[in-house]
Amino acid sequence: MSALSFYLVVSASRPAYGMHIMEGYLPAEWAIFWWLVALPFMVLGVRSLTRITQANPELKLLLALAGAFTFVLSALKLPSVTGSCSHPTGTGLGAVLFRPLAMSVLGTLVLLFQALLLAHGGLTTLGANAFSMAIAGPFAAYWIYHLTLKLTGKQKISIFLAAALANLLTYIVTSVQLALAFPAPVGGFLASFAKFAGIFAITQVPLAISEGLLTVLVWNWLQSYSPQELELLKLIKCQPQPHESI
Amino acid sequence: MNQSKQGISNWLLLLGVIVLSVTPLIFLRGAEFTGADGQAQEAIGEIKPGYQPWFKPLFEPASKEIESLLFSSQAALGAGIIGYAVGLYKGRSQQPRNKE
Repeated sequence: MSALSFYLVVSASRPAYGMHIMEGYLPAEWAIFWWLVALPFMVLGVRSLTRITQANPELKLLLALAGAFTFVLSALKLPSVTGSCSHPTGTGLGAVLFRPLAMSVLGTLVLLFQALLLAHGGLTTLGANAFSMAIAGPFAAYWIYHLTLKLTGKQKISIFLAAALANLLTYIVTSVQLALAFPAPVGGFLASFAKFAGIFAITQVPLAISEGLLTVLVWNWLQSYSPQELELLKLIKCQPQPHESI
Repeated sequence: MNQSKQGISNWLLLLGVIVLSVTPLIFLRGAEFTGADGQAQEAIGEIKPGYQPWFKPLFEPASKEIESLLFSSQAALGAGIIGYAVGLYKGRSQQPRNKE
């Protein structure tokens, strides 16, 4: 895994700025607006994390794994069919395991690391980036997981869809944020949105699929090796009877 | 699902990821593979010419090399933690079997 990540990172042809909204690229009023939107989620997220670790200290390792997964995936700038690069977000796994609020903290920490050390994203745009990657994505993942599980009863398909669609949604939200801040002189918000979404959306499709596959991979490991934890999180039934076909 | 079937499906998942990321490199030889964000930056320039970022990153990697060092450290650290956790879980799950 680390060799693969290393290869992908090193081979990513030309590292460019930030895959999220770059420092200073949101007008101040929008930067403040998104900070205000994201802050309550972060506060609730910290409370949710404290509750999880106090109630079940044995889950700390799994929590670290969920955070590390986001950390790895957001370092992988993968080439895509559009001839440009972007990276997965890795927030779906943690959102399904620990509910989305926990991911709002873990995802923001990853974004903070990238903003401070890599000039990737930024502090002024951290609120907006946290909202798209660490809040909107994880909440979508959580809902998609439960909805798909209810409809199909297949856990791995639900995990795959949750991770892949959360990844796509992250970039759709980014496009909305940019379009709100930079409406086109002709066509306004919608024209801008089409433009930004056009840049991110197609690029993101294969990456979303990759993220879905990697998330199912880690899920397989967890299911084989740490059924106790998953049971604790009520993600598998007490008498494990996996019916999935994959 | 038995262990070996699971093993095969795990390799297939990895293979899928590799195929997805290598295919563009093979079929789009001429492409630059710059960041999608750089294109978004250009789009901002087109929509609002003359927009100046009003805040600078506090710290910028000194060169592309340093940047790739930091990026690979990010991936390595994360992968290390994942490997540690999965390894620990795997060892623990096999322990009772060995004792018997």
